[in-house]
Amino acid sequence: MSATKKKTRARPGIPAPRKPEIWKLRLYVAGQTPKSIRAFANLRVLCEEHLKGRYRIEVIDLMENPQLARGDQIIAVPTLIRKLPEPVRKIIGDLSDSVRVLVGLDVRKED
Amino acid sequence: MAQKKKARQPSSKTLPKAATGIQGLDEITLGGLPRGRPTLISGGAGSGKTMFGLEFLVRGATQYNEPGVFISFEESIPDLTKNAASLGFDLARLAADKKLFLDHVLITRSEISESGEYDLDGLFIRIADAVQRVGARRVVMDTIESLFSELPNPGILRAEIRRLFGWLKERGLTTVITAERDRPDRLTRHGIEEFVSDCVIVLDHRIREEISTRRLRIVKYRGSTHGTNEYPFLIDEQGISVLPISSLGLDHAAPVERISSGIARLDGMLSGQGFYRGSSILISGTSGTGKTSVAAHFVDAACRRGERCSFFAFEESPRQIVRNMRSIGIDLQPWVRKGLLLFQAVRPTYGGIEEHLLVTHKRISSFQPSVVVVDPVTNLIMVSTPNEVRSMLTRLVDFLKSQGITSIFTSLTAGGGPLEASEADVSSLMDTWLVLESIEVGGERNRALYVLKSRGMQHSNQIREFLLTNHGLQLLDVYLGPEGVLTGSARLSQEEHEKAAGTSRRQELESRRRELERAHRIFEARMATLRAEHEAEEERIQQTISESESLGEEASKARGQMVRSRKADSSPYKKEGGAKAANKH
Repeated sequence: MSATKKKTRARPGIPAPRKPEIWKLRLYVAGQTPKSIRAFANLRVLCEEHLKGRYRIEVIDLMENPQLARGDQIIAVPTLIRKLPEPVRKIIGDLSDSVRVLVGLDVRKED
Repeated sequence: MAQKKKARQPSSKTLPKAATGIQGLDEITLGGLPRGRPTLISGGAGSGKTMFGLEFLVRGATQYNEPGVFISFEESIPDLTKNAASLGFDLARLAADKKLFLDHVLITRSEISESGEYDLDGLFIRIADAVQRVGARRVVMDTIESLFSELPNPGILRAEIRRLFGWLKERGLTTVITAERDRPDRLTRHGIEEFVSDCVIVLDHRIREEISTRRLRIVKYRGSTHGTNEYPFLIDEQGISVLPISSLGLDHAAPVERISSGIARLDGMLSGQGFYRGSSILISGTSGTGKTSVAAHFVDAACRRGERCSFFAFEESPRQIVRNMRSIGIDLQPWVRKGLLLFQAVRPTYGGIEEHLLVTHKRISSFQPSVVVVDPVTNLIMVSTPNEVRSMLTRLVDFLKSQGITSIFTSLTAGGGPLEASEADVSSLMDTWLVLESIEVGGERNRALYVLKSRGMQHSNQIREFLLTNHGLQLLDVYLGPEGVLTGSARLSQEEHEKAAGTSRRQELESRRRELERAHRIFEARMATLRAEHEAEEERIQQTISESESLGEEASKARGQMVRSRKADSSPYKKEGGAKAANKH
């Protein structure tokens, strides 16, 4: 996995294989808290702006499915996980700092 | 003051505690960890924090019917399971039985970035879910502080950890939180001890002079009294055992029953009945004076009574002891075979003094002997300082006494030095002190024994020579010479001398008796002669008397005839007077 990661980083100039990809994002929240609502809203805005038409967001409420927290090793909420494209990346927080989210998701290079 | 008292009294009664099941810890904490509250276990790397947490849960699940949840922030579940197996805990089985839930929280810093505020609700939910799955009453978090290196924004993290502890407390979960102690001047790396106000325990693992010792100390226990010392502890195949230092105080019973030392004449020196049961006995002496032999006699006697004995050998292997004791006519092998005698032989350098103490403690607890021999106790000084040895022995003796176990400690005295001073430290703990000596007189060494002290009995004050014969240790009669007790050849010559003196005395007596007899016979003979003479004399006198009587009669007869012939008046007076006169004549 780390090898893949290195590869991606080592060749940032090759956008070709990534372009047609669908971005699979998963947002973990714990109930409808202000933080989780904020996070979802922030994520929507970012995706619309940078990944329009190429993304899918799955929201998982741990209050309803607590056992799912173990699978993705969630302890902090909200946590955003980029399942695809690989490698997996995690961003915790309400995603209010959009620059850091873009860096974290590695989407900035698109623009 | 009154307020303080008031505050303390109800708390000690009402503060509920959750027994850990960890050997010794519940004694120090007077019942266990605060129930329904978090306890912080702080310690350096390898100090046994994880094992502590695991044992707390496993004992809870198996002994107190309190299922538990283990949240590991460091080790993976397979690793934990493997490590726990070394303590004899089967985590997989407990998990399958729904008595334990293990969750590994794995966070990889490099995967994570942060944007904006977050909270630890994810962790809360995971714990809540785990607790609900097994109906847990106990939770262990090992080591929550590792979150600080994995998650950004320590400010939020601190606040969240604080909230977590409060949350756990609210749910009445007895929680153990482990934390790494990186510097001696602080308990935890990130200061989370300030959130845990109820109970803080510090584990320590030191190496001194190449020997490691583990120690445990209760830094704080709100609302409860507790032992404040550093307590040594041990992690072995049966888990953790903490050894309380004489927490029992001096309140052990004092049995009046007496038991034989196995050497009849030694019992005689101990007011005829031997040692008190449950007393501690020190046998000291220079090398080769027969300390182990005296101990072996005692062991043999105890086994003959059908009592169990534990023999802790720090110098010889069990086989060697058995062989050597055979040479003085004591066969210990049958007792070993019967399971009455258990040898435990280790080199003193095998572990620290605490380790020895704990091992000893455990063996005794599991074997339940009524007699314990430590041979020799002085070898332990090798691995420690005299002070520590003393403290260890204090604990051991206290423990043994509280169990009513009679103990024999042999002690090797360095040759030449003042014998009694060298063990002053140890001796005050002992009830009876036998000193074995090697007396050098006239070019030979002979063994002698005396009772230096024996509390609570009239003991002999004599120095007795003894021999190690092929039928045991023999105390000999005392021969006093001009320079004290005679031993060896000097004793033998004295014995001969006395025998010779005895013989001549007997001969003299014989001749005196004969003389007396002779005198008696002479006396008898003389008596016979005298009696014969006396009889002869008497006869003669008798004859004379009767002769003179007949003479008188004839005279008066003649006179009567004359009166009759003269026709004289026969007055009785005259007649009488005449007779009288004749008699007088």
